[in-house]
Amino acid sequence: MAAGAASGGSARADTYKDARGWLLLPSWAVLGIFVLGPVCMMLIYSFLTKEFRGGVIWEPSLAAYDQFFFDRGLFGDEPPTIEWTYITIFWRSIWQAGAATLLSLLIGFPTAYFIATRPEHVRPVWVFLITIPYWVNLLIRTVSMKFLLRDQGPLNDFLIGTGLIDNPIHIVNTNFAVQLGLFYSYLPFMVLPVYAAVERYNFSLSEAAADLYASKWTTLRRIVLPAVKPGVVAGCILVFVPSMGSFLAPDLLGGAKNFMIGSLIEEQFKGNAGNWPFGAAASMILLTMVLIILMFSARQQAKADKAGG
Amino acid sequence: MPGNKTDAIDVRNAVKRYGDFTALKRISLTIKDNEFFTLLGPSGCGKTTLLRMIAGFEDVTEGEILLYGDEIESLPPHLRPVNTVFQNYALFPHMTILDNVAFGLEMRGKTKAAARKRAGEMLELVQLSQFAARKPSQLSGGQQQRVALARALAPQPKVLLLDEPLSALDLKLRKAMQLELKHLQRETGITFIFVTHDQEEALTMSDRIAVMSAGKMQQLGSPTEIYERPRNMFVADFIGETNLLEVSVDEVRNGRAVCHLGGGHALTCNSVEGIGEGAKVHMSVRPERLFMSDVPVEAESLKGRVAENIFVGTDISTLVDLAEGPQFIVRTSNSDRGNKRIFEPGSEIFVNMELGAGRLLMD
Repeated sequence: MAAGAASGGSARADTYKDARGWLLLPSWAVLGIFVLGPVCMMLIYSFLTKEFRGGVIWEPSLAAYDQFFFDRGLFGDEPPTIEWTYITIFWRSIWQAGAATLLSLLIGFPTAYFIATRPEHVRPVWVFLITIPYWVNLLIRTVSMKFLLRDQGPLNDFLIGTGLIDNPIHIVNTNFAVQLGLFYSYLPFMVLPVYAAVERYNFSLSEAAADLYASKWTTLRRIVLPAVKPGVVAGCILVFVPSMGSFLAPDLLGGAKNFMIGSLIEEQFKGNAGNWPFGAAASMILLTMVLIILMFSARQQAKADKAGG
Repeated sequence: MPGNKTDAIDVRNAVKRYGDFTALKRISLTIKDNEFFTLLGPSGCGKTTLLRMIAGFEDVTEGEILLYGDEIESLPPHLRPVNTVFQNYALFPHMTILDNVAFGLEMRGKTKAAARKRAGEMLELVQLSQFAARKPSQLSGGQQQRVALARALAPQPKVLLLDEPLSALDLKLRKAMQLELKHLQRETGITFIFVTHDQEEALTMSDRIAVMSAGKMQQLGSPTEIYERPRNMFVADFIGETNLLEVSVDEVRNGRAVCHLGGGHALTCNSVEGIGEGAKVHMSVRPERLFMSDVPVEAESLKGRVAENIFVGTDISTLVDLAEGPQFIVRTSNSDRGNKRIFEPGSEIFVNMELGAGRLLMD
């Protein structure tokens, strides 16, 4: 009797297992079509030969990667030296995205903390207010940012009006303008996960820390931050990754000097002048870089957890 | 007015208001050095608010709080030399047990090594040395409780505040921890202020108890005083089980009152200050101070009929419907069965009060 019941139970478990396999099919399909498919296409295209008027010729070639990393002179017949142009753009992208992420964290963390410490019934209102600007198209928002920041714009008018400065500050077409633009574009991606983490935080831990002679600042550093770290890491990734590949803010606010990798890729696919394999190769390099950064941060996190920090 | 340097805590006319709601209505009390002091009361009586005001988590609307003679009510919590054991323990989840205990010591300026050494000694004191490297989530509730205790005691606070620390533990563990806490208090010589809603816990552990209700102090005294000589209805009803009778006072003399029940039956019992002749008040008598007989044996005998006998292990509780009054509980200890009789339900009997067992109460 007991044996019968046991085997019946395991048979049912098998049924569930089968059913679970089938039920997961839609998610595998979505992942396959929208994630794996485009990445594979991109990978293949990056190893093809370019067609001069856009598109590709189906002939394997390493030309795209070669162009990215090596300079072979104007006619391609000199011995290869390292091509710094694209590496510089890449480096600038990492730097700009990093600065924008830091800016989002500096503004977004206090904002999220503020919202999470309001009475429970007003928190949704604050979250709603944070998200309202994002109902407007990103392009429009970036353009209005440019309008706000330009030499004869409201910001400079205001500063001159109050007598703080005599001549307008040039913000547009600087690195800082791009960072501001990126920060503005992706701020909710920082605020929302941090807010979720702070809301779950048990504030009696802060009381316990204060009770044990920790100042407010020490409590924040030693108790609050470690507890909400997953939210902060998620926020940083959600801001950093799209900032890296962004092209609207650098194009509109940065000007030609502050070209970023997103703009470079965009140009390769725009109109007839593009180079599809080169754009695909740059995308693959961007993807690889982001993956390396994410893996590195995940490993650091695991190491810190293991050390009991 | 300067405070007394030898009193651990001196609360003077403390008031706490939240908007229109007054949580504490002018409380004054003095807690002595090296005392195990308990704030006892039902939930919402203001006992936790008072404790949090001493810790510094709630500000004081009016009044003063002195710690060994120094005013502390305007200091932030991290500058007050008191530590708290929280109801939910509030252990830091990302730190090991050892680092949890060392935290307060480090904050007081000890080096990491010195703090850890002392934390290790504290863990030994609460018998958790073998768990030093674990995280709080890997410990049972009782163990977490002891870590919280070690963490709060490690910096050698002048006063230890305990906010219902045992309420989450099961009965057996709670009883063991009650004794452990009491011993720890004696060993360390630190003043303990313990908040609880469990009257039995309060009676077991405390040197003195302040019974609170609705933001007011109802009575302050030793466990025996509070149990044997409750001042008013609330205290008598909240501490232990009691029987209440409505009586009219005929005469008060030498702390004794002669009174009569609604039906005219006369009784003599202990009076309290403030009750005069003609007053209509309640008399309380503890169930264990009553015994039953088939004939009246004393002046204070009340006629009744046995409704039910309830076996509760060490005792038998008998419910008796009085001829002149409400239902009474009579408790007979099982060890006393030779002297005291148990009657079958339905028996017509007399409930007798031991001499001096009945007490009048203020409303």
